[in-house]
Amino acid sequence: MTSIMNPTPGNVYTAGPATGNEVLIDGYELVVGLEVHVELATATKLFSASANNFGDEPNTNIDPVTLGLPGALPVLNRHAVELAMRIGTALNCTIQPCVFHRKNYFYPDMPKAYQISQYDQPLNVNGYLDLPGGKRIGVERAHLEEDTGKSTHFGGTGGRIHGSDYSLIDFNRAGVPLVEIVSRPDIRTPEEAREYVSELRAILLAVGASDAKMEEGSMRCDANVSVHKPGEPYGTRCEIKNVNSIRSLGRAIEYEARRQIDMIEAGEVVRQETRHWDENDSRTHTLRTKEDADDYRYFLEPDLVPLAPSAEWIKAVADAMPLLPTERRSRLAAATGALADGEAVMVVVERGQDDYVLDVAAAGGDAARALIYVKEAFAPQADGTAVDVPAADVAALTKLETSGAITATQAKTILAEIVANGGGDAAAIAKAKGFEAMASGDLEAIVDQVIADNAEAWTKYVGGDDKTMGFLVGAAMKASKGKADGKLVTAMLQSKRST
Amino acid sequence: MSEATLTAVEISAGVRSGSLKAADILEQHLDRITAREGEVHAFNLVLADEARAAAAAIDDLVAAGNDPGPLAGVPIALKDNMCTRGVPTTCSSKILDGWKPPYNATVVDRLGAAGAITVGKTNLDEFAMGSSTENSAFGPTRNPLDLTRVPGGSSGGSAAAVAAGFASVSLGSDTGGSIRQPAALCGVVGVKPTYGYVSRYGLVAFASSLDQIGPFTTTVEDSALLLDVIGGHDPMDSTSIPDAHPSLVDAIAQGVEGLRVGRITDLPDGADPDVAERLEAAFDALRAAGATIVDVQVPAFGYGLTAYYLIAPSEASSNLARYDGVRYGLRVDAPDTNAMYGATRAAGFGEEVQRRIMLGTYALSAGYYDAYYGKALKVRRLIADDFDRAYTKADVLLTPTAPTVAFPFGSKTDNPLAMYLCDVYTIPTNLAGHPGMSVPYGTGADGLPVGVQVLAGTLGEPTMFRAAAALERSMSEASAVGRASASEPDDDGVRGRSPRGEGSLS
Repeated sequence: MTSIMNPTPGNVYTAGPATGNEVLIDGYELVVGLEVHVELATATKLFSASANNFGDEPNTNIDPVTLGLPGALPVLNRHAVELAMRIGTALNCTIQPCVFHRKNYFYPDMPKAYQISQYDQPLNVNGYLDLPGGKRIGVERAHLEEDTGKSTHFGGTGGRIHGSDYSLIDFNRAGVPLVEIVSRPDIRTPEEAREYVSELRAILLAVGASDAKMEEGSMRCDANVSVHKPGEPYGTRCEIKNVNSIRSLGRAIEYEARRQIDMIEAGEVVRQETRHWDENDSRTHTLRTKEDADDYRYFLEPDLVPLAPSAEWIKAVADAMPLLPTERRSRLAAATGALADGEAVMVVVERGQDDYVLDVAAAGGDAARALIYVKEAFAPQADGTAVDVPAADVAALTKLETSGAITATQAKTILAEIVANGGGDAAAIAKAKGFEAMASGDLEAIVDQVIADNAEAWTKYVGGDDKTMGFLVGAAMKASKGKADGKLVTAMLQSKRST
Repeated sequence: MSEATLTAVEISAGVRSGSLKAADILEQHLDRITAREGEVHAFNLVLADEARAAAAAIDDLVAAGNDPGPLAGVPIALKDNMCTRGVPTTCSSKILDGWKPPYNATVVDRLGAAGAITVGKTNLDEFAMGSSTENSAFGPTRNPLDLTRVPGGSSGGSAAAVAAGFASVSLGSDTGGSIRQPAALCGVVGVKPTYGYVSRYGLVAFASSLDQIGPFTTTVEDSALLLDVIGGHDPMDSTSIPDAHPSLVDAIAQGVEGLRVGRITDLPDGADPDVAERLEAAFDALRAAGATIVDVQVPAFGYGLTAYYLIAPSEASSNLARYDGVRYGLRVDAPDTNAMYGATRAAGFGEEVQRRIMLGTYALSAGYYDAYYGKALKVRRLIADDFDRAYTKADVLLTPTAPTVAFPFGSKTDNPLAMYLCDVYTIPTNLAGHPGMSVPYGTGADGLPVGVQVLAGTLGEPTMFRAAAALERSMSEASAVGRASASEPDDDGVRGRSPRGEGSLS
């Protein structure tokens, strides 16, 4: 399968014989599971009233709970639970009674020396996500937990704590609500991994659960990667951390698969370990091996009570679900006749402009033309400003084009003007630009003149040389000063040839 | 009755009516602190200036015709594991020495709003781990009734402060008996309410699923008054009970006619004869007051101590992990972060705290969890179930509070198990989440006080207080032990004594 959104940059592997849609690399099958952390778009933190706001002055969104001060106690944020339930619903999960556990480990930016997370009884379980192309990726769980503070290490190498001169900690992020979404190991190619994360991101945005910005860290992705020969058990997996973009995700998985295959081919054994993706050298490096992994000593968080969302609450969340990207793509495809996983539909739905295309159609416009107009001319500006044009104006333009009154090229010119001005009367613009439709008699006169002036080309064309048609059409367009409709000229030339 | 022995109820009534001045009441308590704190060492910090300002403010309120609240002018001492804004809160540990919380515990705010006057922060076993207050990093508290003996623990400072008249009332915290046992040893009333009755917000955690704040007072009614003020739902504590509590002051007015008082027939051995004798007297008194005595069984009671010493240290190992040298007072420099954590914690925590952190870390570790922590949770469930069955037959249960009267310093410090056995009768209540209280009930060996423990089921406080008040009434003709002046009894024959049953843990 291929992704139009994220074409694979130069796959370095030799594809072996494929079984189903599973791609083999040098005779090895790749198995990937993804753990995606997303920060929830709540006003306050998971367990306290401090603001959840990225980019504020360090250590301003803090309180006794955030800092883990002695005696402070967590109180669960209901809105965070609701957003987590929206994610679970969107990912077709079962929402179940759940509890919180403490995950114990020492790190300077974790003020309590434990993270409140969910362990063996998470909120959302057993769901799935369908990729745009139709492949279903299982979702094992999507659980609630709190984020840690953010350490910045100065001096030393690579911004790591080891060897640094000193470190500064910002606790604004500590206690920010996270949902960790754990896929089943159903992903078989780097492309699928990218598609999964792209689609997950679109879903998170659609349900309003997160702003899902990988560059700001509000969406973070770890990949569990292993390789094995078909028919053999899954290989030992390595967890890849520090992947900061969807593009890096694919590169990191490709690198890691290659590394593991090379090891196996060299007779070495892949060790289970956590590896760090280094964007600078495009490699993964050992972070810690299984032997020195922490024993988190999970136990039930005694400061919180069990969470059991009522059936009414679960239903209310489900009833309030917006259309998800898959549904929106299907709806737009049905309305426009385009492919649901085609580029135009994918792009327009991702931009959230599908409702607009449907508005244009509802205003009497041509849905297929509207889809193309919106895809081509309605990209958000660099500063993020969205295009804002009355749907009726675009509808009028599509009608002008489909009636043959103006050409596609002219329509594009008019559209640019309408977009630039935030609206406009397509017919009036066409008139002002001299884009009136040519009467068919006038057009025929021009075509006849072109045939007369280019007898040699015409003879070749009549003789079956279709390549000369482009030359003749171009001559006609030139003679009409661009007012001729290229399609009509072509049709007229074909008609004259066959008579 | 001199003002020195006024109860909190009497002080509050007097101050609210204008017949007493909060400032005068406070000075009487400060005078006693001046006279005896040097030998008792109940406090880590005395807040004389702050208390004087607060008392003056209360008197001004009354003079202006306002009501300062149900604890108007009542001097209170707070165990030094409750957060007080801008005032050092140490848990009697070097690792928190000098830390000033930026916020008040909920109970501190509620006491302030009710007109109470905080006179100081009291000594405790470090992080509330101990039964004698000998584990304080700042030195032990002495029992005001016999300075050669411990006051019990871990809330020894709060118990001693009330017994010595340094404060009218005090607050402690009880994780396995840390209010009831020192109350018994110091001859005062001490209450561990139902888990969730009083907010834990701002109580520095030892074992979060067991910790509960409660009062030390000289009378049952004062404890009822204090709980009426500090109890009730707190939105800052998810484990606090959402429903409103009925007034306990109102409940104690009722007698015990028809009350079913349970005797646990399979209670673990270990109480000294003098203690057992006073328990029998308590049964007799309640029977005489119209209660029925019934036999009940709580088979898992005896496993409480063992389960407790897995569950409490496990939670403590997590709760105390934050004291890593990064954010609080003590930091021992070392070449790297992990070494700094280790050096700081080795220097900052005392021996008993380190022992429990190690124990708890081990019990929660991969490969051991099921055998230790997991099994302890099952025992905890069994104990709660056994109690629930017993409470279908009895409204309250009576047991000894502690196996012995106050014991001499050093007599148990070399043997942690002997020290742990001080709480054999109090611990199961914490595991079940039930309320329990100790009522002083006469004296035992060497004229030292003996406490009787009254237990009840979840939210059984009103009934528990009725029984406690009846016991108190039955003692009213006898001379109370509390507020005794310092005495130096001959402790021959007492030193080195340890409760029977000590070997049962081996």
